[in-house]
Amino acid sequence: MHDVGALSGTPFIIITLVKILAVFTVVMVTVAYMTLAERKISAWIQDRIGPNRVGPRGLLQPIADGLKNILKEETLPRQASRVYFFLAPMISIVPALITFAVIPFAAPLPTPWGIVNMIVADVPIGILYILALTSLGVYGIVMAGWSSNNKYAFLGGLRASAQMVSYEVALAMSLIPVFLLVGNVTLTQMVWTQQQSLGLWLAVPLGLSFLLFVIASFAECNRLPFDLAEAESELVTGYHTEFSAMKFSMFFIAEYSNMLTASALMATIFLGGWDIPFWNGDDMRIIAPGIVEGAAPAVWKTIATLLVFMVKTGFFIFLFMWVRWTLPRFRYDQVMHLGWKVMIPAALVFIITTATTMLVLDSLGMQYGRFPYGVILTLVNTAVLVGFLFVIDRDRVIAGAAPSPARLRAQEGRMTLRRPVPPREREVAGV
Amino acid sequence: MAINVKTVRRPEQGTSYIRATLKGMALTFKHMLDRKVTVQYPDVKPEIAPRWRGTHRMEKHPDGRPKCVACGLCPTICPSNCIRLVPGEDDQGNRYPVVYEIDEFRCIFCGMCQEVCPVEAIHVGVDYENSEYTRDRFVYDLDRLMAQDHPVTDLWDPSDPLGQ
Repeated sequence: MHDVGALSGTPFIIITLVKILAVFTVVMVTVAYMTLAERKISAWIQDRIGPNRVGPRGLLQPIADGLKNILKEETLPRQASRVYFFLAPMISIVPALITFAVIPFAAPLPTPWGIVNMIVADVPIGILYILALTSLGVYGIVMAGWSSNNKYAFLGGLRASAQMVSYEVALAMSLIPVFLLVGNVTLTQMVWTQQQSLGLWLAVPLGLSFLLFVIASFAECNRLPFDLAEAESELVTGYHTEFSAMKFSMFFIAEYSNMLTASALMATIFLGGWDIPFWNGDDMRIIAPGIVEGAAPAVWKTIATLLVFMVKTGFFIFLFMWVRWTLPRFRYDQVMHLGWKVMIPAALVFIITTATTMLVLDSLGMQYGRFPYGVILTLVNTAVLVGFLFVIDRDRVIAGAAPSPARLRAQEGRMTLRRPVPPREREVAGV
Repeated sequence: MAINVKTVRRPEQGTSYIRATLKGMALTFKHMLDRKVTVQYPDVKPEIAPRWRGTHRMEKHPDGRPKCVACGLCPTICPSNCIRLVPGEDDQGNRYPVVYEIDEFRCIFCGMCQEVCPVEAIHVGVDYENSEYTRDRFVYDLDRLMAQDHPVTDLWDPSDPLGQ
């Protein structure tokens, strides 16, 4: 226990405002540089160099892009519904930007006025807040598609809504084992569990949850291989076909900040957040105003944990981009198939397995949420994960509308016998 | 030919989306570290083949007269009819082109004018930077053709005359 003084009164308000401003700025700048990273990574994967004209090594490219988007002409289609056309980008960007508020990004920082928790808002509902707001984001997309009064935009919006509704379920369900194990929904508590009480990153004892969460996040962010909502080859650019200049840019920022939030979330829930692995010197949390449990807070620890958090988040951002430039897009029925018939049952099975294991462990009198507890869960999880991969690795799952090879062969046998001979061929054959 | 139903047989064994995904990701990662093939064009000019057929150039005698003898073979052979030639004759009875114009927009750069020329006067050249501000600048007249100084195309390789 360390009594480092609570933050209150005017310093509290000022520091909170500073935190909001800092987080907002960092998120916006990161989003801008993510567009550059995306272009660079796509270029490298395609053996190109990528943007390198604006500034040293192209580092000022996002500024040029932003300037261009602000200065471009805004178009308003005559057939569009004005109010919703203006509202859609706003509805899409606001939830995307405010979800970052509940993600803890570093160890608490000691200041002369008291200890500062490195999170904008440590709300008790934590992750439920994120789930609620990210599902609001889809309204912006649907509204954009609908108000454009354009068939491609409309189809894009429809697809986005169907897809997000489907994967929202899988996303939330993959988190239930996490809630069971952590016993709380706040992200600070999740970080603490992974640091201290369980001592394991949740990706280890809950690997299947991690896998499902990653896949569902890809779908929620409308990223390849699930970018059905903006399938360029089919739908022009999908829901934002009619949008131009800054309105388009807002959808773009929303997409990338969703990606950033999803990456930060994956890092926080499953990879220990700002926890520095194999070191207990950073394991601390604020349990009451001014009272810190665990290691003593220090400025350098805050900075180090912040860097670790950035590395973990950056890894997931890179994963998003890496996957985007590797995998082709799923067909629509495959997406639905994967969502409803694979992810949700798998998540349900995993919830039941985890709950059963925990019930058995509890009745055996093992202490809840401690290291041995985690080890046993890891063993159970490994078995389930291997089973899951074995099943979906057999070409039984993402086959979509195509019939099974056995049925195909049976059909083929019939087809050669009964195939009607077209008239032209009959003529040539002299029948 | 009759229309046939083509059935794509998918292998039952050895097909896996997970393993295929990981394989694909390994491949893209390898490409990320590969040498880049970008040529930074305005700064670095790409190497072009000696057989590249670009805009024309007219060879000159040392005294600055065109080598062309206005025989009329190139406008005759030209498949896109882009060469306009008005022949003339001087006091000594030498034929020379009074007007020799090539419309580079009509030209298909087949190189037949160079092949047919008996005095090796007209050539297609190893050149690709042809931008102009107006369309009429693309009709090259005799002076323009003689002023070009890019290398001429090797239509055939002397060491490999049959192009094998």
